[in-house]
Amino acid sequence: MALRNIIGKRIGNGIGLVGRRSLSTATSDVENRNAKSMNLYSAINQALHLALETDPRAFVFGEDVSFGGVFRCTTGLADRFGKARVFNTPLCEQGIVGFGIGLAAMGNRAIAEIQFADYIYPAFDQIVNEAAKFRYRSGNQFNCGGLTIRAPYGAVGHGGHYHSQSPEAFFCHVPGIKVVIPRSPRQAKGLLLSCIRDPNPVVFFEPKWLYRLAVEEVPEHDYMLPLSKAEVIRQGSDITLVGWGAQLSIMEQACIEAEKDGISCELIDLKTLIPWDKETVEASVRKTGRVLISHEAPVTGGFGAEISASIVERCFLRLEAPVARVCGLDTPFPLVFEPFYMPSKNKVLDAIKATVNY
Amino acid sequence: MAFCSKNSRTIINNLKSKLRLSRLMNQGRDGCLPLNNTNPCRFLPLTTLPQLRNPDSYSHKTGHSVCSQRFQSTTSEQQFASLPNGEHSQELDFPGGKVVFSPEMRFLSESPCVYNNCYRVLDDNGQLIGNSNFVQVSEEIAVKMYSSMATLQILDTIFYEAQRQGRISFYLTTIGEEAINIASAAALTSDDIVFPQYREPGVLLWRGFTLQEFANQCFGNKADYGKGRQMPIHYGSNKHNYFTVSSTIATQIPHAVGAAYSLKMDKKDACAVTFFGDGGTSEGDFHAALNFAAVTESPVIFICRNNGWAISTPTSDQFRSEGIAVRGQAYGVRSIRVDGNDALAMYSAVHAAREMAINEHRPVLIEAITYRVGHHSTSDDSTKYRPADEIEWWRMARDPVIRFRKWIETNGWWGSEAESQLRSSIRNQLLQAIQIAERAEKPPVNELFTDVYDNIPSNLRDQEKLLRETINRHPEDYPADVPF
Repeated sequence: MALRNIIGKRIGNGIGLVGRRSLSTATSDVENRNAKSMNLYSAINQALHLALETDPRAFVFGEDVSFGGVFRCTTGLADRFGKARVFNTPLCEQGIVGFGIGLAAMGNRAIAEIQFADYIYPAFDQIVNEAAKFRYRSGNQFNCGGLTIRAPYGAVGHGGHYHSQSPEAFFCHVPGIKVVIPRSPRQAKGLLLSCIRDPNPVVFFEPKWLYRLAVEEVPEHDYMLPLSKAEVIRQGSDITLVGWGAQLSIMEQACIEAEKDGISCELIDLKTLIPWDKETVEASVRKTGRVLISHEAPVTGGFGAEISASIVERCFLRLEAPVARVCGLDTPFPLVFEPFYMPSKNKVLDAIKATVNY
Repeated sequence: MAFCSKNSRTIINNLKSKLRLSRLMNQGRDGCLPLNNTNPCRFLPLTTLPQLRNPDSYSHKTGHSVCSQRFQSTTSEQQFASLPNGEHSQELDFPGGKVVFSPEMRFLSESPCVYNNCYRVLDDNGQLIGNSNFVQVSEEIAVKMYSSMATLQILDTIFYEAQRQGRISFYLTTIGEEAINIASAAALTSDDIVFPQYREPGVLLWRGFTLQEFANQCFGNKADYGKGRQMPIHYGSNKHNYFTVSSTIATQIPHAVGAAYSLKMDKKDACAVTFFGDGGTSEGDFHAALNFAAVTESPVIFICRNNGWAISTPTSDQFRSEGIAVRGQAYGVRSIRVDGNDALAMYSAVHAAREMAINEHRPVLIEAITYRVGHHSTSDDSTKYRPADEIEWWRMARDPVIRFRKWIETNGWWGSEAESQLRSSIRNQLLQAIQIAERAEKPPVNELFTDVYDNIPSNLRDQEKLLRETINRHPEDYPADVPF
């Protein structure tokens, strides 16, 4: 899928929508019947409507969700499904997740919203020590699989320290939960429905920059996309690029420019970070012999390190060059310096060339 | 802003009709500031204000999370309230609440002017206190309660010894808190969902968990429902509606609120109940949970075992509030302080709380005052931080089990023969259960990898494969009683 066609260019402060062309690499996962053009928050909103429609024991709760949410993701839910199923919670993330665990433990689908991923940390104990271990520690007598935690993550152009974070790496180190990150509206709807219906607790990070910017044809029906299945969204033979979420559109731009220099790039959307689809990535690396991983989160200890170590372990003899990582810097997310911090298209492109020319 | 003034007398009359004073609730005393001219805090009883604030919520039986205040006009209505001494003051509606202005600057005291009453029914000798009101307990239930309390005591003694002998790795006792455990369990039904901390095995015992099942978990054998994954005393049983213990403090409290909300939505005749100690009330999860319970109007009973100690930390290092019940009130939760060593009082309080929780869709907080007679756990020696004679005094003079025994003996429901029969029978059963549990095999090593998720993901399948190769190469590194 040509991500750059569905996402407005992120140029400094100006955000303009690039005109839409037909898709260059179609996702064959979902048939396109009755598709409607919509942005990311609308697609997520549709998924939530469907989740509540199809399961009378599904609930949506969190700060400010009742009026529609600060990002409009929960618009219309309270009016349609009532205040008993869609409700505001007090301003307390540990309470939101703790309450959600209890609700899920009773067999409900508890869809909790954390207003910004930057504020998820008070709930970290509940997620790591409780949700992730709930089934295991009870010998499978109990589980909170119906819990899904949604949070907007990532750079937004002006978010600074506390509205831009990508905390996925903290959660990827926790056996017992799943971590899922969609790259686009159509992906988000299908993945979110899968997360909600998956019998394990899931943390679902939504790229906030794409809430309005990403517009794409999204089928109106109820569909689910598989978890723990990575997708090759661009075929290539010289180098494998791995990413997730909003960063993929940056990486795709780099791939297109690299092609002009005769470099054929294969681009993989990981989608589920844990448990992650090693097989798809390895198969690609065995083809290309080169890997580049890119994420907004700081490079040290980022999830790219796990992918890199795993690939080196399993594909060492096939590798033609060191595994490259193009990531955020090891600093708090800065405001004025955001353009310097970010793993930009040119940083990715430079790394592609360096890796190919190693 | 539009003003309208109302006659002050109408307000007071409305107030009086809305004040539903019940003997059990005792609202006039708990945490409210007396009305007299000598007290600098003279003012309307604080407890009346919530009733004015949301008059709809008291008649709201459907349990919807309606915030009527939010959607009212934010223009202020100026009303004149009359104080007992005849002063007039203005009353204004803010979105954040109704306020009554006063030209006097008065701080709320850091401690209530009147100590919270502590509800008890039996005196220290196990005799009924005159004019006590309590829920009647039949002979059958009373004898079962006593037997369970005695069983719990013996269970604790024998398992503690087993740890000292190196047969199990860890144990912690409930000595001194048997009445809280058993009486609260007896006042609940088996449909009520329990979220324990870790000092409430008596609740599980009451519900029918067998001595063998307790032993199996402590030995982590293949019959342990937890599949040997956790330390001893981390019991859990879905058939008994008793959620699995986790060592983390207070994390279970918000779970209980979510579960209670689910019960309310399903219109079940059941509530959620959660236990925690005085130390647990310092954790953020406690505050989060009480607040959520009040806002979501969930049928949950919070039972705090205020036993005076959080390992070595006395309550004076834990908090400076006047106990725990006052905190409930601060969150808009109906609360009571109870003598936790009085089984009848505990039974009555939990019984009443359960009815309120389910019928009125509200949380209730019970602060049970007690004493942790045992050490925190087998990893603790409490004589290091408290006097040995203090411990002995509580063990002997304030034993809740003996106190309740005196009451049932007074009623002619128990005697010394029944006592010695019970104790020797339980002792024998326990020793046998331990023997059987000890000899049983541990769960097979594949259970290391199951239940992390609902299905085993590929990374764990790979890891299991590698582990088995390692076991084959180095069997001497691995315990002989874990089959693979």
